[in-house]
Amino acid sequence: MRVERFLEDSAARFPTKTALVCGDLRVTYAQLASAANHLAHALGLAGVERGDRVLLFLPNSSDAVAALFGVLKAGAVFSPINPTTKAGRLSYLMGNCQARAVVTNRALLPVARDAAGRAELDVAILTTDELDWTSSKPTTPPQHGGIDVDVAMIIYTSGSTGLPKGVVMTHRNIEAAATSITSYLENTPDDVILNALPLSFDYGLYQVLMSAKFGGTVVLEPSFAYPYLVIRKMAAEGVTGLPLVPTMAAILLQMKDLKPGDLPRLRYITNTGAALPPSHIQRLQQLFPTTRIYSMYGLTECKRCTYLPPDQLGIRPLSVGKAIPNTEAYIVDERGERVGPGVVGELVIRGPHIMQGYWGDPEATAKRLRPGPYPWEKVLYTGDLFRMDDEGYLYFVGRQDDIIKTRGVKVSPREVEDVLYSLPGVAEAVVVGTPDPILGMAVKAIIVRAAGSTIAAADVLRHCAAHLEDYAVPKVVEFRSSLPKTDGGKIRRSEVQAEELRACRDVQSVPAEACR
Amino acid sequence: MQPDIERVVREFVSDNYLYRNIPISPDDSLIASGYVDSTGILELVSFLETTFSLEIADEELIPDNLDSIGRITRFVDRKLSEASGRGGNGQRP
Repeated sequence: MRVERFLEDSAARFPTKTALVCGDLRVTYAQLASAANHLAHALGLAGVERGDRVLLFLPNSSDAVAALFGVLKAGAVFSPINPTTKAGRLSYLMGNCQARAVVTNRALLPVARDAAGRAELDVAILTTDELDWTSSKPTTPPQHGGIDVDVAMIIYTSGSTGLPKGVVMTHRNIEAAATSITSYLENTPDDVILNALPLSFDYGLYQVLMSAKFGGTVVLEPSFAYPYLVIRKMAAEGVTGLPLVPTMAAILLQMKDLKPGDLPRLRYITNTGAALPPSHIQRLQQLFPTTRIYSMYGLTECKRCTYLPPDQLGIRPLSVGKAIPNTEAYIVDERGERVGPGVVGELVIRGPHIMQGYWGDPEATAKRLRPGPYPWEKVLYTGDLFRMDDEGYLYFVGRQDDIIKTRGVKVSPREVEDVLYSLPGVAEAVVVGTPDPILGMAVKAIIVRAAGSTIAAADVLRHCAAHLEDYAVPKVVEFRSSLPKTDGGKIRRSEVQAEELRACRDVQSVPAEACR
Repeated sequence: MQPDIERVVREFVSDNYLYRNIPISPDDSLIASGYVDSTGILELVSFLETTFSLEIADEELIPDNLDSIGRITRFVDRKLSEASGRGGNGQRP
């Protein structure tokens, strides 16, 4: 099934139902379908044809949702771009996918024009400011002849190292992922989802795609910067589903006036992007006693890999669960052979949701997509190290590239970070390797203190020594006011790591007392 | 008082969020421009609380109070004069 059918079917079933709430604007399914049809025709007039790439350069808004469905209804391919992207990067993305058009708004128009000029491409630029949100008259979309194995979207991964890569997904890929996820979340048309994640991030984007599929309502917020307003909105709209990343969970937990039971209608919370520290899971569950919490794991290349059924959260809080429905997840060694419980290896994903490849990058594609069980099939090598327990539940160990070798022993930064997060006063933490003449690499912890906290390096080291093997206790602790993050709120570990290596090359040796 | 508050706030924002000394006007939105993210707002709040000895309640964490250097300055100024007004009266019920 093509993805625009999600919207068309829901518009036919629930024409007057609220599809989106954006600020004061409430949009019904009929209005959303009508706006999307309008944009599809406008794109056609601008010269966009079947298979053309169209960048969506818009903040979270009903316009952005109409635009993404509009692009599909024109038979074209959308690529959602974070609205804070600067002209330089935007022009790179335009060039990379050879964009035919950009849909943006008046406020962002100068950046889009600047980027198009730099890319030296003939890019049509459309703005959504004049979209008519009052019309719910049935309109017809253009005829494009597209089918569901056509490409639907290109999502640029945040590229914590190197240039961003465009993950190519077909309509079928999206339908498979959306069907699987909505089945384990048990979504129904009664669900109201609050989405404060950017639509340029697949986790945020799928909230909109999945809701269109099951006929729910999405409350779109521009960000999670003002949690008090978000919580008030959640109560007013009777929100039942809240997708989070760990940063947002940390923000919620820092609120002073939020009391257990304040959001009785909240049916579930999901978390992905990075693991929630167990201490945060516990506190979230106290704040939302009747809410089911789903720990999940995934990567853009297949949207979602695994989820932990909420009833397992108390039993194995560190696990990210098992493969999502209708997919497989297994661990292999360096020769590609499956390994048993307790053995660390690379996680491989098999199923109808895995990407077609990286746009225009066969080399990077070949590294991730490799031959599967059938001669015609490809499976996804995630590059993430996992182990499973005796019952087959999976545990994230680290990125293959992140493992720190110190004193000849392998240390997973994740394991150290989990311990750091359990120390009160730690708001954010990242662990990297820093060159050390004796150890090869030394473990370094970089910490952002929680509001009002005064913890010192000695407190951190004492806490780590109590909870970690000697070799995994950080040698160096540094405090910062912030850490670089991706759109999804994930700390850019590889950026911090690369910066660390650069800094140490410049200084030759790091004076231990400066850090400890 | 005002220019001083603005200078302190501007310094904090520049030091922590504007990596390349980007000029920023008092009315530029910190969130929409992408300068400050959600955790940034919390750091900012914590900074304001310590620096100016304020207590900021959850319901004061709104864009009207915090989304530009100008708004932050006016907010802090208001909070400080409320506090000193209270102090001047000596007591409150």
